[in-house]
Amino acid sequence: MTVLNTVEPATGLASLRRSPLADRAAEFAASSADGLRGVRLSEEAFLTQVNLRVPPESPALLAGLERELGLALPHRPNSVVGDERDAVLWLGPDEWLVIAPEGRADRVVSRARTAMADSVGSSVDVSADRTTVRLAGPVSRDVLEKVCSLDLHPRAFGAGQCARTLVGRVRVALWQVGAEPAYRLLVHCSFAGYLADLLLDAMAEFTHA
Amino acid sequence: MTSPNRLDATVRPGRIDRTRRLRFTFDGTELHGHPGDTLASALLAEGRTEVTTSVHRGRPRGIVAADRTEPNALVQLHGDCPEPMLPATRVELRDGLVAESLSGIGWVGDRPDTAVHDKKYVHADVVIVGAGPSGLAAALSAGRSGARVFLVDEQAELGGRLLDGHERIDGAAATDWIARAVRELAEIPEVRVLTRATAVGCYDHDYLLVAEHRTDHLDTVGPHQSQQRLWHVRARRVVLATGAHERPVVFEDNDRPGIMLAAAVRSYLNRHAVLPGRDAVVFTTSDSAYSTALDLLAVGASVPALVDTRPQPPAHLVDQVEAAGGRVHPGSTVISTKGHDRVRGARVTELDEQGCLSGIPYEVDCDLLAVCGGWSPVVHLFGQAGGSLRWDRTAAGFVPESSGTHLPRVIGSARATHDLAGSLAQGLAAGAEAATACGFRIAAPRVPPTSGDRPNSRPRPLWLVPGMTKPPEQWDRHFVDLQRDATVADVWRAIGAGMRSVEHVERYTTISTGQDRGKTSGVNAIGVIADALMVDSPGEVGTTTFRPPYAPVRFALMAGRERGHLHEPVRTTSMHSWHEAAGAEFENVGQWKRPRYYPRPGEDMDAAVQRECRAARTGVAMQDVSTLGRIEIVGSDAPEFLDRVCTSGFAELAVGRARYGMMCGADGMVLDDGVSMRLAADRYLMSTTTGGAAGVLEWLEEWLRTEWSELDVYCTSVTEQWAAVAVVGPRSRDVVARLAPDLDVSSAGFGFMEFRETELYNGIPARISRISFSGELAFEINVARWYGLATWEAVAAAGADHGITPYGAETMHVLRAEKGFVVVGQDTDGTVTPLDLGMDRLVSRHKDFIGKRSFARQDTARTDRKQLVGLLPLERERLLPEGVHLVEPDVPLRPPVPMLGHVTSSYRSAALDRTFALALIRDGRRRIGDVLHAPFEGSSTAVEVTRPVFYDEEGARRDGVEHG
Repeated sequence: MTVLNTVEPATGLASLRRSPLADRAAEFAASSADGLRGVRLSEEAFLTQVNLRVPPESPALLAGLERELGLALPHRPNSVVGDERDAVLWLGPDEWLVIAPEGRADRVVSRARTAMADSVGSSVDVSADRTTVRLAGPVSRDVLEKVCSLDLHPRAFGAGQCARTLVGRVRVALWQVGAEPAYRLLVHCSFAGYLADLLLDAMAEFTHA
Repeated sequence: MTSPNRLDATVRPGRIDRTRRLRFTFDGTELHGHPGDTLASALLAEGRTEVTTSVHRGRPRGIVAADRTEPNALVQLHGDCPEPMLPATRVELRDGLVAESLSGIGWVGDRPDTAVHDKKYVHADVVIVGAGPSGLAAALSAGRSGARVFLVDEQAELGGRLLDGHERIDGAAATDWIARAVRELAEIPEVRVLTRATAVGCYDHDYLLVAEHRTDHLDTVGPHQSQQRLWHVRARRVVLATGAHERPVVFEDNDRPGIMLAAAVRSYLNRHAVLPGRDAVVFTTSDSAYSTALDLLAVGASVPALVDTRPQPPAHLVDQVEAAGGRVHPGSTVISTKGHDRVRGARVTELDEQGCLSGIPYEVDCDLLAVCGGWSPVVHLFGQAGGSLRWDRTAAGFVPESSGTHLPRVIGSARATHDLAGSLAQGLAAGAEAATACGFRIAAPRVPPTSGDRPNSRPRPLWLVPGMTKPPEQWDRHFVDLQRDATVADVWRAIGAGMRSVEHVERYTTISTGQDRGKTSGVNAIGVIADALMVDSPGEVGTTTFRPPYAPVRFALMAGRERGHLHEPVRTTSMHSWHEAAGAEFENVGQWKRPRYYPRPGEDMDAAVQRECRAARTGVAMQDVSTLGRIEIVGSDAPEFLDRVCTSGFAELAVGRARYGMMCGADGMVLDDGVSMRLAADRYLMSTTTGGAAGVLEWLEEWLRTEWSELDVYCTSVTEQWAAVAVVGPRSRDVVARLAPDLDVSSAGFGFMEFRETELYNGIPARISRISFSGELAFEINVARWYGLATWEAVAAAGADHGITPYGAETMHVLRAEKGFVVVGQDTDGTVTPLDLGMDRLVSRHKDFIGKRSFARQDTARTDRKQLVGLLPLERERLLPEGVHLVEPDVPLRPPVPMLGHVTSSYRSAALDRTFALALIRDGRRRIGDVLHAPFEGSSTAVEVTRPVFYDEEGARRDGVEHG
């Protein structure tokens, strides 16, 4: 916790922030259900997200980045290294997304730039670009299967895997964070309302049974 | 109170629940049935033989089939969501059902359909379509391997044709074997079984669409329960066990009620305990109808004639039928029927070796004529997937060509293997093989012993029983397609008109274009065509193309949940709630909702826009500009890259400064525009138009990845990382000074097209730039998106005592047009170069860029192209409609009128106190000062051509005036 506190913005400033789904938290809670056929929807706002673009053919650069960030970069396509708190998502052959607790973006960007100094590559803070929608519960895969054409069966997609895909008509980065299953859907903020509507609609057969 | 045609339970129990009685209404009459009935079986039980009249000829028609091949008994369901044209054979009976008969199309309700339709996407190793004996066997062997197996069947129960007969498997009734299979499949975690689910499409790479009926059979349905679900199934191996459809035979008056398919009669007898007639003539070309005859005899019906086209039917079958009291007429055919609202008798005669009629016709009285013209394998899905078919003479049907691995595997009756033992063996083998191919090794299990099997000796197909007298051109009561009322005479007319291909003949005659898509008529039509063309076999005529859907699918099911507010995403900015609360009117820009204007009580759009414009020109105004596209372009080659994609130079731009840039396509036409800032030596932030953001990013990526992969440049979309407020007007400096106390906002300290990183008074980190899309002194405040609303509110508060006015896109358009600033996509349309817009200043002569070479093309280089000009209507209040064309003043307005160009933007200006417009006019710059005419709404408006700048042409207002 102490680590978190040091990076948390001043309370005054934090109170000025507003996440795209902030006013829907009560609705999400009311529309969620626990139990064996349960599924829960929530927003995890303000996560630090830094987009890294690095040519994969420079092992030295990658190693330097990993040292500087204190995190390994996943090399297996669509995989994640790390946990829900600190993680790196493989988004493409030369693209990764660093996830960290809120308020860390400047630090991550500057470390990445230090590692990349005089080398090719880019690191860009995209923390405010997307918000994170969390869908969790025993039937959450059933819910996602109504709106996403990816193979989410545990044999094909499990905890620690991610994919950029379409959910309904929205592009998201889908990240399975737990075996329950639990998913994070990283979505561009302007689409968050639509995504929430879509997921709530898909959940209704389970939560309003 | 029992239904007249319902057999006693001691004779035939049937798969119905006699303890429950269901009431239903058909054509206004209350009737009864039981759970397990279809509407068709209940109607037959109640003695309803005639159920409709035919669509064109008005002839009485009855139920023919027991499955979805039914051509006649289409019904209209009433209820909250009326549904037209359902085959009664596919409507499960439920209490309170209200149906009416249809002749032709039905009707839909006038209220919106409230039923829920949804979709589901699943992936499976092995998908098996059809759960008859072969499909069930395939599911068992594949399921036991641990592979992901998906079994779909369109009936309510698994088992297919086994439910109609008396076969025995493994020493017990086939239904016991089915029950065991169902239990076993239910216990395998990776096996999913769908009933009431029809595979309607089979596409490339083993992709299927399956339409599942989920609630039709239920008495109550929850509000969120989907009535139908469309399953998108991606498989690694597809096994088609789709069975076969029985064909009728084409003879004179072959459409009378009481003429049914033989297997359908058997199905009604055994599955529904319904006897459709007491005295049955059975007419067949093969063995299978003998089972029908035996079942009819077993329940006490008479079979005065079993008419078999074959001169020597299998003796054991003949013996069985005759021992049971029936009479077999070998080497014979039914040539016509008598009766009106139902069949009363059949005329029978002999066939000679060539298949010609011979002997003396005789009549046999009957009230049921059970016909089997042979079996057509259900190869629709195989055909959809690209499989080719061949005519199999032995089976007398089109069967799948042996296929490569990329095509679905077809088993059982669908490949003309009609015997039970063969079907089970093929199924067990195909399931094991498919699972093994997916990496789940398993050997095919032992084939269980069977008895009571369907015999399978060679048929003698007969497409068309000749009429007794007239030539075929006049056989207009020999029905080929009952649903379309199309006859042999129609086919001959088509052939007489020169058609040869089955596809042409079917389109000409409408055969196979009904709701049933020719499931009973298609192959017969091919046979009739083959006869007419005197070719050797139907194989030489060939089939029509099989296209999805196999069975009708509701549009509502295709739409799924993507209706209403889920139809299309609506994108909103972080300040949207404020705009809504302020009563803004919105406009759609792509998927974005942008405020168009903020009307005050009593104001129309014109008044609001005029007020907002005055505020921006004389005081201070603010606009949410968050929707603009933003791309961060990073890398040591970023300066070079921007130089290559933009018409003007960016390599020389100093860090901390911004520049307007334009992008062209390779054709030299304007693609997009925006201001780019240089954040660092190797880092730019490019802005794009709201609508162009995604396209520009793709454009940049395409060049980087396909042409210039050597460049060290990465592009990252940051459109939504930022929220932005434009603060515009002569008083904007005061407002920004209050907002950003650390910032020197003087024109000396903060020059035009510069930006600063700072903190707002409340601590919010901000990047503030001095850019202007209005010609006025203006600032753009960029903050992280989550601070957007707070920042907007802070700007509003800081400007409150100056009367800061929120304005929308409409005002922004007026302000920019007054200055002659173009909007890409409004003032350009893909045929406009920067030079056409008079932007020579922005087109570098010193460097190459995308599109530059196209400026040397003859057509782009000529000087009389359509060019951007201004227009001032001579009547100051006259507003030109956008899009209106301009012509020479003296030209006669008789088509073709030579057009000079069109109005691209047109507004009423508060600053000019008049209307004005921008237009693209041929050779426009040379016409400045001329008067042209804009004909519209029945009159012609005279306009003066001007330079496309109406306000502050010298740019004196850009830096505003210094205050205090």
